[in-house]
Amino acid sequence: MAHGSRGGTAVYLAVFAGLLALTVVTVLASYVDMGLMNVVVALLIASVKASLVALFFMHLKGESRLVWGFALVPLFFLALIILGTLVDTQLR
Amino acid sequence: MSEAAAAGTGRGYLEERGWRSWAYTLDHKRIGVMYLWATTVFFLLGGLFAMLLRLELLSPQAKYFSHHAYNVFFTLHGAMMIFLFIIPAIPSGLGNFLIPLHLGARDVVFPRLNLASFWIFVAGFLVIIGSLVAPMDTGWTFYTPYSAKTGAAVATLSFGVFLIGMSSILTGLNFIVTIHKLRAPGMTWNRMPLFLWGMYATSIIQVVATPVVGVTFLLLAAERLLGVGFFDPSKGGDPVLFQHFFWFYSHPVVYVMILPAMGIVSEVIPVFSRKPIFGYKAIAYSSLAIAFIGFLVWGHHMFTSGMSPLANAIFSFLTFFVAVPTAVKVFNWIATLYRGSITFESPMLYALTFIFLFIVGGLTGPFLGAMATNVQLHDTYFVVAHFHYTMMGGTVMGFFAGLHYWFPKMTGKMLDEKRARLAWALIFIGFNVTFFTMFIVGVRGMPRRYAEYLPKFQTENVISTIGSAILTIGILVMAWNFVQGLRKGAKAPGNPWRSLTLEWQVASPAPTENFHEIPQVADWPYGYGTRKA
Amino acid sequence: MSGGHSAEHHDPVVAFEAAKLGVWTFLATEVLLFGALFTAYTVFRLKFPELFHAEHEKLNRVLGAVNTVVLITSSLTVALGIDAVKRGKARLLQWYFGATIALAGVFLCVKYVEYSEKFHHGLFPGTNIFFSLYYMMTGIHGIHVIAGMGVLGYILVLARRGRFSEAYYTPVEMVGLYWHFVDLVWIYLFPLLYLAG
Repeated sequence: MAHGSRGGTAVYLAVFAGLLALTVVTVLASYVDMGLMNVVVALLIASVKASLVALFFMHLKGESRLVWGFALVPLFFLALIILGTLVDTQLR
Repeated sequence: MSEAAAAGTGRGYLEERGWRSWAYTLDHKRIGVMYLWATTVFFLLGGLFAMLLRLELLSPQAKYFSHHAYNVFFTLHGAMMIFLFIIPAIPSGLGNFLIPLHLGARDVVFPRLNLASFWIFVAGFLVIIGSLVAPMDTGWTFYTPYSAKTGAAVATLSFGVFLIGMSSILTGLNFIVTIHKLRAPGMTWNRMPLFLWGMYATSIIQVVATPVVGVTFLLLAAERLLGVGFFDPSKGGDPVLFQHFFWFYSHPVVYVMILPAMGIVSEVIPVFSRKPIFGYKAIAYSSLAIAFIGFLVWGHHMFTSGMSPLANAIFSFLTFFVAVPTAVKVFNWIATLYRGSITFESPMLYALTFIFLFIVGGLTGPFLGAMATNVQLHDTYFVVAHFHYTMMGGTVMGFFAGLHYWFPKMTGKMLDEKRARLAWALIFIGFNVTFFTMFIVGVRGMPRRYAEYLPKFQTENVISTIGSAILTIGILVMAWNFVQGLRKGAKAPGNPWRSLTLEWQVASPAPTENFHEIPQVADWPYGYGTRKA
Repeated sequence: MSGGHSAEHHDPVVAFEAAKLGVWTFLATEVLLFGALFTAYTVFRLKFPELFHAEHEKLNRVLGAVNTVVLITSSLTVALGIDAVKRGKARLLQWYFGATIALAGVFLCVKYVEYSEKFHHGLFPGTNIFFSLYYMMTGIHGIHVIAGMGVLGYILVLARRGRFSEAYYTPVEMVGLYWHFVDLVWIYLFPLLYLAG
């Protein structure tokens, strides 16, 4: 039941540093005008941060396939509601 | 010691008395029974509003009620039936009672969450009743902009529905984890009763879809209370966005309604044909397929709302696919019946009725899914007939099948079969007379949600109202039969139907701890017609 | 006792795995709850790009960034707290969870400052679509922060009573999962509302 925690603290601190760094990056990037790419870059960076939180803080790394399923399947439905709505609102 | 010998005083889980033993119970069976009582009350209340509608519809003019009152009645009829009866009845009612028994477990995996979900349900319906001080007249679909502007207590009702949704989510969450984690030793997924496959698929829908409608009602309340403008064109908002959010939940929720009922049918048909279910895996996976496809088609409620042509086309195209796994079930049930030793006890009568009426309702779906015909039929009585055939002819008949089938296990008593069959006959006749006429006037153009209609529709409306009276009498006979059964029904044996699922291997009423010893499962529960059964 | 509990309930491994599945299922519902809001955001952002550009400038990027750092740090303290109890260090758990609650409090204070400032400038939920989204999204997120403080506090109380050890820390881990999710949502809210105009 207990996951290996040797070096656990080190991993958490490394992830924390990564998250802080990416926060700095995303704030700085927002001052650069890249037009439409601004949103793309922002979302990409956010997704990397989110993955770090999910994989390491939420212990997804090393979880069973079942838990991964529970974590990922909702993302499909999230995409579905956004895209399904946009197919209407964007193309009227 | 055998389960029957361990039965003791014969009151099983009903042994402990006193209101506290119910209000604070952690027993899934008691929680299920409380849900059944609550949903039954709302079924009867919702039915009362329906009868007021049918009374008014006897004449083309608005004779007995104002238009506003009529709007309130159809709103309350729809909202009560959907949120307070049909969504919770089988899942939270029968599902709670049966799932641990079917799994060979002693309870669900989160019993306190289960009790919490019941009391949240109670809080929800109390808030909804509170909103009746300024009752809704928007239709159960609460479309903006009207719902954002009407004088009714929309914010209050929104909060009430939000609570009901929370209850639904917690129940679904409990069932998903329970089915994953508490199957008895030896019970692989493919040895589960099909009712559990149906409940599993249902629970996935509840967990994924309900939050969307929850936040939608929150946004509607915010629109009224905070001036938020997502759905308000004057602020740049879009009323059709409300419809997207609303139907993203409300379409999948019809599969929350039907999948448990289909699960019941899959249980009842083999027992009363004394034959193994045909196509177990196909039926099992079709439940998942229906749940999945059900998420892809919500726009078919919005063809006339001004969606883009591409959206219309995609939603229409996808809508037809849900018929496939549905048909898979129907054909497998029929194949199960084929060359079976069929008997017509009341559970079987209702199960067979489900198949017949659901086919009618289901076949009228494609007419609505095809855009060309949808334009003609949208918001007419054709739609009303379609969903009553599927929801009442389908889910409610399945629910009645389940009530009759599991009555002995829940109460320890048997129902009077003759009265049950009389009630069934009245319900069957009354239902068809009430609703078939609606297909006819719908095609001819009678719109729904109107207190008045063109005189040329009167004959069918009168017939429909007569049918509704017969239906009502049938339901009252059935209710009376249940009351008499509770009071003085014959003592039920552990397994009156000679069924193979685990709940029938224990005493009736079910023992508090379900099983004296957790069973070891070696086979699927459909080995009928062999030496075992 | 009403409601028999199966033997399986008392098997700690099954109970832990079941609790984990339960929390991930609950998080799935939260994904869809916020998902509807993100859908509205997408729809209106694509519809009113200039409005979003103009209005987002009115948000305080610095305070938003501060709150991001606050939440990320609070996720760290939660993770370290769980790590501590897994190694039997229950007092450290209390310290870390106390820190997490404090950080959550800071987050809410910053939001209070932000909201008051906006109100002062006449920017309300009904002002325009951008601010409707801003208030609804950060507001509902804020409610989740408050609820999080509540459950974190409950864990703290139980921890002080000596409930948790390396043998049993299920509620700690479960609350941790929820809190990380709250952080996750903000990781997306921050750039979408404050940065990318």
